[in-house]
Amino acid sequence: MLQVVTANRLVEGDVVYLTEGGQWSERLGDACRADDKQKADALMETAEQAVAAQLVVAPYAIDVTTENGTVRALQYREQIRASGPTIRTDLGKQAAQG
Amino acid sequence: MYRYDEFDQTIVDQRVSQFRDQVARRLSGELSEDEFKPLRLMNGLYLQLHAYMLRVAIPYGTLSSRQMRRLADVARRYDKDYGHFTTRQNIQYNWPELKDVPDILLDLAEVEMHAFQTSGNCIRNVTADQFAGAAADEIEDPRIYGEIIRQWSTLHPEFSFLPRKFKIAITGSPNDRAAVKVHDIGLRMLLNDDGEPGFEVMAGGGQGRTPMIAKTVRAFLPKEHLLSYLEAILRVYNMYGRRDNMYKARIKILVHEIGIEEFSAKVEEEWAHMKGTSVDLPEEEEHRIRAHFAPPLLEVLPMYSPEFEDRKREDAAFARWARVNLFPHKTPGHAIVNLSLKPEGGVPGDATAEQMEAVADLSDQYSQGEIRVTHEQNLVLPHVKQADLYALWQSLESLGLATPNVGLVTDIISCPGMDYCSLATARSIPVAQRITERFDDIARVHDVGDLKIKISGCINACGHHHVGHIGILGVDKKGEEFYQVTLGGDASENAAIGKIVGPAFSYDDVVDAVETIVNTYVETREDGERFLDTYARLGLEPFKEKLYGTR
Amino acid sequence: MALVKDGQAVQDPWINVADNVELPSSGPIIVSLARWQTDRDALSSRADPVGIRLASHEAASDIASGLNRISLVALEFPTFRDGRAYSTARLLRERYGFTGELRAVGNVLYDQLMFMHRCGFDAFEIASDEAVESWQKAMSEFSAWYQPATDRRTPVTALRHLRRAAE
Repeated sequence: MLQVVTANRLVEGDVVYLTEGGQWSERLGDACRADDKQKADALMETAEQAVAAQLVVAPYAIDVTTENGTVRALQYREQIRASGPTIRTDLGKQAAQG
Repeated sequence: MYRYDEFDQTIVDQRVSQFRDQVARRLSGELSEDEFKPLRLMNGLYLQLHAYMLRVAIPYGTLSSRQMRRLADVARRYDKDYGHFTTRQNIQYNWPELKDVPDILLDLAEVEMHAFQTSGNCIRNVTADQFAGAAADEIEDPRIYGEIIRQWSTLHPEFSFLPRKFKIAITGSPNDRAAVKVHDIGLRMLLNDDGEPGFEVMAGGGQGRTPMIAKTVRAFLPKEHLLSYLEAILRVYNMYGRRDNMYKARIKILVHEIGIEEFSAKVEEEWAHMKGTSVDLPEEEEHRIRAHFAPPLLEVLPMYSPEFEDRKREDAAFARWARVNLFPHKTPGHAIVNLSLKPEGGVPGDATAEQMEAVADLSDQYSQGEIRVTHEQNLVLPHVKQADLYALWQSLESLGLATPNVGLVTDIISCPGMDYCSLATARSIPVAQRITERFDDIARVHDVGDLKIKISGCINACGHHHVGHIGILGVDKKGEEFYQVTLGGDASENAAIGKIVGPAFSYDDVVDAVETIVNTYVETREDGERFLDTYARLGLEPFKEKLYGTR
Repeated sequence: MALVKDGQAVQDPWINVADNVELPSSGPIIVSLARWQTDRDALSSRADPVGIRLASHEAASDIASGLNRISLVALEFPTFRDGRAYSTARLLRERYGFTGELRAVGNVLYDQLMFMHRCGFDAFEIASDEAVESWQKAMSEFSAWYQPATDRRTPVTALRHLRRAAE
């Protein structure tokens, strides 16, 4: 298994991913990957601290996979969440990356 | 339309201050997310798939041009230059930031708008017939009562923590354009045998995972007792509605579980105490509110406009639009104009800030400064002179708001679905888009005739798929998007829940399935039959056979 | 935890008596509905005041017949989302004429105080350190209310009438 933790920034609402250093990045690629339950739990604990510090809201773990070194969410919903609405490619993260 | 007095304005202004304070307390950590969530929901602020989402109330779907301009402003300043009109006559913004929401609400309060109770377990926006005050077939303008209910339900101290959300709809016409029978409370205006005005009160309608048609609680309620009766129903619901399971907490479950007789008895018992007390609106207050909805002073004109008739003969495209996008107005020489927000390949119900501003200008020029939002995600200019229709149409064409498809197969109702919504299990918008592209031949669309397709991206049914003539529900099958199709739903006074036609279709196959259904109808229809008529006559079988073959 | 009553923080003279504990010989006591029903005689004949604590699923009608013997009713909010006590409070005051102390207990949060007060509560167990300040602030957030409720605030409909009459 491979998981990362995602949440939304409290103030702006942006979708973010928890990094190795305990920061929150808008890029799924920057996310710290947990390859066992213990590590995933540790990530969620860090996330809950960020909630308590009013940085993010609603953290949860998602399943990911790596293809040629790039991280991809397994669930289609999470792929959409990582890039933006499929019907408006000019909006969301996908627009910034374009 | 209604204009705030100092009391209305005070409440809205103080609500903005209150929310500003709530946000500050959230950001400081004084309020946890768990404590803040119901508070932000009661101001219409959701956390969605990509960002926060703000749902602004458009009470009974009525807007002034000034208000529409402000909605465009908000889209430009705080969002991404567009908004989405919903199936409850509200508008949604998909990208606001929490820190900006108090300012957004302040800007809205300036033009007598708000986001009160557009979410949360409280009484939501009251929706009404989008042609209210203009259609010839209404007994009375239902928006008068929409406003009365709005005020009574705003920050109601007893009913702000209900078991679940509560939606009320009201129709002033026997032709129900407000889908009252699939609401928690549906109100139908009527006159009793003595010619006195009142309401048929229905309760327990709803969609979602357990769709139900509302049942009649009281066949005739004199209009002066509207509020005391609503208060009785809400109290019974607040006390007896289930709180153990959020999927069984709507009033429809209560009505279903105890039966309409017992439910009505409980309501009547409660009402006996409340009837005639101070909760019922004094007559003078009803008059005051009614005066705001006095019909506009429209020019006295002949029934038919020669200019309009000439233009239709000269311009086939205009004639086609006029045939489908207009609705008869009660004042001779006028028309109700539908603005389609369903262009080919477009996102149903979305409008750009530019379009909103242009619609505001057009409403000032042609429609007494008034605009309506329909629960089918279109807009309306309610009071247009027939002689002005051609010029208006040309402007609408240039804005992309004149697609001649209102009520037809490409006038699709669709929730935001998995492209935006964190509750969704499948995408809905691209299915709608692909259907409009499949039916890109407008002559074919007109030939098919009245056909309402409604698409929901999950079982919560915000796209009202249960009452679509063709309903489409997006589901998740082992991580893939699949679509369950229903037929024969109806949101009118002949309300009906659609029946599942068979196994779900994949994302790739669903548009073919819709086309097969439409073709089956066209091939089997008899003279003058609309889709629903043919379905009523033949049932599911012919459609099943064409879709799945004889197995 | 502070008890706010009539805008002041007050000492709470009432003792909550658990169901399996013997009734004290004196002092104002609060018992559960179940206790009230089983020990009705002993409680009714008690010299000192008796109060009842209702859980959110328990109804005003359950105690209506005995209200002349009850000096306090505490209504529970197990979570602030459970809004049944608002209706129970209104029924106690308006339907059954209860004039004793009506106390909000449980998950009683700042943002619901105004609603509670409007429904007839006059005492509040508030968990905050600045309970009285919270209370006063909550009472001052709004100066207009649309609908009549249990409280004595003049609803907007009545204000409009007065304004019209003055013209």
